[in-house]
Amino acid sequence: MENKDIRSKYSPADYKSDQSVRWCPGCGDHAVLNCLHKAMATLGVPPHRTAVISGIGCSSRLPYYCNTYGFHTIHGRAAAIATGFKVANPEMTVWQISGDGDGLAIGGNHFIHCLRRNVDINILLLNNKIYGLTKGQYSPTSPRGFVSKSSPYGTTEDPFVPAELAFGARATFFARSLDVELQVSQECMAAAARHKGASVVEVLQNCVIFNNGTHNWISDKENRADRTIHLVHGQKMLFGNNLEKGLVQDGFQLKAVTVGEEGYTLDDVLTHDAHSVSDMLHRQLALMDGHDLPVAIGVIRDVDAPVYNEEVEAQITDVSASKGYDSLRAMILAGETWTVE
Amino acid sequence: MTDNTSVKTLDKVVVRFSGDSGDGMQLAGNIFTNVSAGVGNQVSTFPDYPAEIRAPQGSLSGVSGFQVSVGREVYTPGDQCDVLVAMNAAALKQNHRFLRHGGVIILDIDSCKESDLKKALFTTDNPVEELGIRHAQVLEVPVTTMTKAALAESGLDLKSMMKCRNIFALGLVCWLFDRPLESALRMLRNKFGRKPAIYDANAKVLRAGYDYGHNIHAGVSTCRIENDKITPGVYTDINGNTATAWGLIMASEKSGRPLFLGSYPITPATDILHELAKRRDLGVKAVQMEDEIAGVCSAIGASFAGNLAVTSTSGPGLALKSEGIGLAVIAELPLVVIDVMRGGPSTGLPTKTEQTDLMQALYGRNGESPVAVVAPISPTDCFDMAFEASRIALEHMTPVILLSDAFIGNGSSAWRIPEANEYPEIHPPLLPAERADNNWHPYERNADTLVRYWAIPGTEGATHRLGGLEKDSKTGAISTDPVNHENMVRIRREKIARIANDIPAQEVHYDTPEADTLLLGWGGTYGHLRTAAAELNAEGTPIAFTQMRYINPMPANMGEILKRYKRVIVAELNTGMFADYLQMQFPDVHIERINKIQGQPFLVSEVKNSIKEIMK
Repeated sequence: MENKDIRSKYSPADYKSDQSVRWCPGCGDHAVLNCLHKAMATLGVPPHRTAVISGIGCSSRLPYYCNTYGFHTIHGRAAAIATGFKVANPEMTVWQISGDGDGLAIGGNHFIHCLRRNVDINILLLNNKIYGLTKGQYSPTSPRGFVSKSSPYGTTEDPFVPAELAFGARATFFARSLDVELQVSQECMAAAARHKGASVVEVLQNCVIFNNGTHNWISDKENRADRTIHLVHGQKMLFGNNLEKGLVQDGFQLKAVTVGEEGYTLDDVLTHDAHSVSDMLHRQLALMDGHDLPVAIGVIRDVDAPVYNEEVEAQITDVSASKGYDSLRAMILAGETWTVE
Repeated sequence: MTDNTSVKTLDKVVVRFSGDSGDGMQLAGNIFTNVSAGVGNQVSTFPDYPAEIRAPQGSLSGVSGFQVSVGREVYTPGDQCDVLVAMNAAALKQNHRFLRHGGVIILDIDSCKESDLKKALFTTDNPVEELGIRHAQVLEVPVTTMTKAALAESGLDLKSMMKCRNIFALGLVCWLFDRPLESALRMLRNKFGRKPAIYDANAKVLRAGYDYGHNIHAGVSTCRIENDKITPGVYTDINGNTATAWGLIMASEKSGRPLFLGSYPITPATDILHELAKRRDLGVKAVQMEDEIAGVCSAIGASFAGNLAVTSTSGPGLALKSEGIGLAVIAELPLVVIDVMRGGPSTGLPTKTEQTDLMQALYGRNGESPVAVVAPISPTDCFDMAFEASRIALEHMTPVILLSDAFIGNGSSAWRIPEANEYPEIHPPLLPAERADNNWHPYERNADTLVRYWAIPGTEGATHRLGGLEKDSKTGAISTDPVNHENMVRIRREKIARIANDIPAQEVHYDTPEADTLLLGWGGTYGHLRTAAAELNAEGTPIAFTQMRYINPMPANMGEILKRYKRVIVAELNTGMFADYLQMQFPDVHIERINKIQGQPFLVSEVKNSIKEIMK
């Protein structure tokens, strides 16, 4: 991780509120919360310089458990509220917490426009592929055919892949983790906060009550090494229990190979470049689904682009300087007026 | 013919410019307005333009109008016009009914050819006769020919020449009312200064129109308009939407809170977004969001962050913002919501005026969700009431809905530019530094006003969490306790009610001992209702008059005022929303109603007739 040399004077406990955490025992949100507290401590931004803003849903309860400025708002609107907050008070570090329903269904419009504008906020998208708070309806990330209370015969629609939606909206940062991958989650969150612009961290997270085990086939200890790959910028794309497997280019596609077999050597394995402006490879990596190719976790894309809130500030500085009005009255008097004696 | 050349002295005159929506009627009208204001007249305007940006040329649906009243005691753009400018046959057909008995029509006869008449659905070749216009002086002016002739040596192409026709008509009207061409030329220079050829052409055509008026002098009775005695000072022309935007900026200066606008384009409110977007030069952060909901939500985020936060919209947008406003109610955050009302329901009449969002503003949210509601009464009052809405929002930590409307939002008046010290300082209840001790709870309140403190994010020792879930009245933690909820509902209601202690008393005009009837209006109908009351009193029918600007809560002396009258006539541009609201709060008051729901302002004459009918 970058900036490790800067010692934070804060510990995770400084970011914990005194509220008792009310998620179900075994819920993946507990792990995400702990990782967030740790990431905040690593970053060293003081609690009073940090805001956590959420919508509605199980995961959106998160602000109550952080000893920062917090706002638990209304369903789907966290990205819009966080945008206004950041533009108004750019000194604050802003975290937005949403679930797959809150962020991608009712809040889908705000999600894509926040990414398009590249507002400097960090979006944690907790994806459990289900509506938990309303007790078990399918969500926009539930797979086709998924049986739930609102789809008793299976859904007849395809899901979003959050990364694909984010790239379509021209996201400058996308990372993914699993709720059980504490180190990776923490690393992704810290990187998201350091990224200037809108960052999305998707955490594949378990709902122990309504969709228990939905991610187990990739997150179980026995499968995880083979079905996921931890991408780190500048490092070879290796995975497997002993990092014996790697990703290679095969025409325009990616291919998983075993190093030393079929003539593939370590030199053939791709090196991850999260900073590449072209998102072609990032898309391919993000769309790997665990079947033929492992699910990518870690920071997949992290590129620089103009930041909305900074551009607003810069424009205000420029225009104010060129006009030079010191008050409303001065501005009005510079226009068409007449005097009545 | 000599009697026609005499100069009449009128208190005020009304001119209506009408033509195809591409004919530049708004520009001609605006320049005439500014020129008149510049010579010291009071002015009041009413742009009446079609919903379509460009309906088929020459068609009835494509007619655009701009009416202006200039002179003394001008409160409205006038019911009927003294002079009607009609740039084509369709404009004549659509607008002749606005002309007063004996008024003047200036008609471009070049635009009344066979094809023009056909497009305007005339069946004969004489539009004036076909429309039954008898008691008018019709000036058939070859505007198109004269404009082309004036520009014969300009080197302009035909299309560019045709764009100057409106200025020919303007020149003629300037001559009619003895307006100095210099100030009209100055405005043209401001508009076309970067295109000298276009400016030269317009200047030439303006003079040609003026000279034409002079040459046909014998045919019209000209009028000179008296100057009004007005407060000395520096003036500018301002429309209601601009005044609203500027009032918000003044409130930002007076409160020290930066101004944030989250908005989405919607007729007829968009000019507020336009103006505040320009005002990055004053540090205003106006952002165009992806939808109405994002508009209000970004403002709520900015409010939580410590700004004077505003969202601007019209009726359909207010409906979309309802849930967001409820969040600001329960989080007790300051928020100004501007609704420039238009005709409804649904998309309704987007460019027309109405007062039909009153109930939506008062009650259009889930749960018990009270907010303050105020309504400006004129274009210039938009400045004062936008300031007031901001003051109430910031000092009482509540959403405030400002009910403007299309009529005053688009209408303009001369406005004396105020000094900053004419407005009070605004004191938001910022958390005192010594209270930022990590032991503060966000729902601790001032015992008198019930207002909670505002801790600006970034303040050390004051971190806290807000949210849409009900909170414990003391600790601010989530609470589902039944008694606590009832307590919080009552506190939020009482907090709004106590704003009545912080607003001016209601004033009554024409409050003579003989008046046993009170005419009561609210918001943008002030000009017409005040004129009706003034005329009735002058004609020997005593009637008191009051116009409401503070809707919720109402001023504390309302009950005492209403008690004094045998009956209260509530006149409004809906089916009786304010009358119902008033009756609910004051069940013993005898209320009569005057209602109009046509997308148009009242006419003074119809209000007077209705009042006489009621008082019979």
